Amino acid sequence: AATMPHSYPALSAEQKKELSDIALRIVAPGKGILAADESVGSMAKRLSQIGVENTEENRRLYRQVLFSADDRVKKCIGGVIFFHETLYQKDDNGVPFVRTIQDKGIVVGIKVDKGVVPLAGTDGETTTQGLDGLSERCAQYKKDGADFAKWRCVLKISERTPSALAILENANVLARYASICQQNGIVPIVEPEILPDGDHDLKRCQYVTEKILAAVYKALSDHHVYLEGTLLKPNMVTPGHACPIKYSPEEIAMATVTALRRTVPPAVPGITFLSGGQSEEEASLNLNAINRCPLPRPWALTFSYGRALQASALNAWRGQRDNAEAATEEFIKRAEVNGLAAQGKYEGSGEDGGAAAQSLYVANHAY
Amino acid sequence: THSSTHDSPTLFSRLATMAHQFPALTAAQKKELSDIAQRIVANGKGILAADESVGTMGNRLQRIKVENTEENRRQFREILFTVDNSINQSIGGVILFHETLYQKDSQGKLFRNILKEKGIVVGIKLDQGAAPLAGTNKESTIQGLDGLSERCAQYKKEGVDFGKWRAVLRIADQCPSSLAIQENANALARYASICQQNGLVPIVEPEVIPDGDHDLEHCQYVTEKVLAAVYKALNDHHVYLEGTLLKPNMVTAGHACTKKYTPEQVAMATVTALHRTVPAAVPGICFLSGGMSEEDATLNLNAINLCPLPKPWKLSFSYGRALQASALAAWGGKAANKKATQEAFMKRALANCQAAKGQYVHTGSSGTASTQSLFTACYTY
Repeated sequence: AATMPHSYPALSAEQKKELSDIALRIVAPGKGILAADESVGSMAKRLSQIGVENTEENRRLYRQVLFSADDRVKKCIGGVIFFHETLYQKDDNGVPFVRTIQDKGIVVGIKVDKGVVPLAGTDGETTTQGLDGLSERCAQYKKDGADFAKWRCVLKISERTPSALAILENANVLARYASICQQNGIVPIVEPEILPDGDHDLKRCQYVTEKILAAVYKALSDHHVYLEGTLLKPNMVTPGHACPIKYSPEEIAMATVTALRRTVPPAVPGITFLSGGQSEEEASLNLNAINRCPLPRPWALTFSYGRALQASALNAWRGQRDNAEAATEEFIKRAEVNGLAAQGKYEGSGEDGGAAAQSLYVANHAY
Repeated sequence: THSSTHDSPTLFSRLATMAHQFPALTAAQKKELSDIAQRIVANGKGILAADESVGTMGNRLQRIKVENTEENRRQFREILFTVDNSINQSIGGVILFHETLYQKDSQGKLFRNILKEKGIVVGIKLDQGAAPLAGTNKESTIQGLDGLSERCAQYKKEGVDFGKWRAVLRIADQCPSSLAIQENANALARYASICQQNGLVPIVEPEVIPDGDHDLEHCQYVTEKVLAAVYKALNDHHVYLEGTLLKPNMVTAGHACTKKYTPEQVAMATVTALHRTVPAAVPGICFLSGGMSEEDATLNLNAINLCPLPKPWKLSFSYGRALQASALAAWGGKAANKKATQEAFMKRALANCQAAKGQYVHTGSSGTASTQSLFTACYTY
């Protein structure tokens, strides 16, 4: 343990190429990810909001609304993250969802973590479980059509958090997960989410984000993870929900890109932001500002949105088959908007667009 | 009764927690550091490492049969620094040794002012040599942290704007050990933090030396581990990356390795290692030349700049021998050879500036097109 071992390559050249190709396909220019991997529990919350019963059939019908989107989504969706149950579901014609998605040239992904568990001795902090038997599960998912996976860790900002232990433990578990995925030909999306709960300002979120990402990339290096065959799914740098100060998309973009430039090696092909509690429009405007930020950005900066792609669709559907087509349209609309935002080409729903926004960037040394 | 028992729960919980952010630098300090770093590596410029210690200069002078006196050292440096002003198109910074900072030309003008008037940023070697790490296979760390802040403050007053600190790691049986990596990374981060507090841009140099018979892949592996540790340490020590420069080794096989590699292979392995470890916030990477010949150092730098991988930092040079070898030979200790010496130096400076832009054409090669095709697909690295 006190020595530098000779290198024992974790992956062959072919394995590396396969992983790298998958990652690049997902984040090809103008494309992002639909996070449709809500667990049964999370779907309960979404469906209750529109007065729909949380049954397996309703979940199937709802995902069908999303997956029946026409070819317009081919240019803006590079990957879809599935929940385990959904990976084995079929549409009304008996066609497996996996096949429908693959036939559109979209990469299939799978949520593989098994939820958070408490870290004793901390102020309500958690780690994430799911490593047991993970290699066997990944091998099976790969056979069943999945080429990437997702694992979410959660950290929070308060007076005493995130603690050194929470950062270390979550970074380590993410690195173990990533290593196991790659051994099975699966691109790991690494998600160290810092929740927006709290009244902290933008600067504090940036500081914490930098510390966490530095720890994550050190852990990935220690675990010999092949960065070119991974994706990062971080929070944008934002103030806490209860922070009284309001910030513009340009300030959020500058803080976010600054934090990433200081921590995420250029070898990582793409950064696919989570939307957290942001509204659909907010998530698009922020992503757009990020892609217009004047700092050099060596990775793709795109989306991996759940709620921010589905809120309107869910609302339009309300569990009624008659509403399915209109609901699908809502989803396609948000997908296209975010595809533009991922290229910095979204003009907003009526605001005066690019030129005015550029001047709102504060010089980067202030961050 | 112990007052510490009242304090210890708070102490422990403080240690176990994320400290509130206590900004290490103001926005104005950050801007100054960032501006200095960018000036040094602007437009293909690089660094002349003229900071050879007295002992090291002794080695250089002995080879050209010149006595190692302060006056001889002064004379050689004078010839280099009084070269035509156009040198400022290829040299953005010069690293000086302490003695040289206070030396003057034959008219009594301070070297550091001559350089500054040419628009070149003045730097200073700050480390104070190696100290052994007990319990390792002859590994070392670097001394120089004691009183470093006061030394930096004084140098800053005297017109210095950047510092350099060289840590050394070697590849051998059980080397580099985790301890050597961690200790050197930590010392580099402490040095960098102290520099920035005093307005000096720290050049961070974690050199993995080429001694040994290891192959290219092994050097790449070690370089990646070392750089990952360095950047974690810099982050832990709250160092402002935009106000630093990196001075790494290129990734090469060991000197005694029987396998030979092309500049394109060196370039691909080097850029792969860097892009897996060096955040884009770092404005420039200025390679050391180690034992490379002048021409190899230039060819390799050129190939690095032509490498098709993403390269968000400037990729330039901080060369000692690879800028001065011909000049030293031309000088031979004789004032009459001044012009030839300056020409030799200027020629290498220009060549390396072109290489830093991927525009160096070695007489005899067919230019960039043939070089490009020699890059094998990056996923094999």
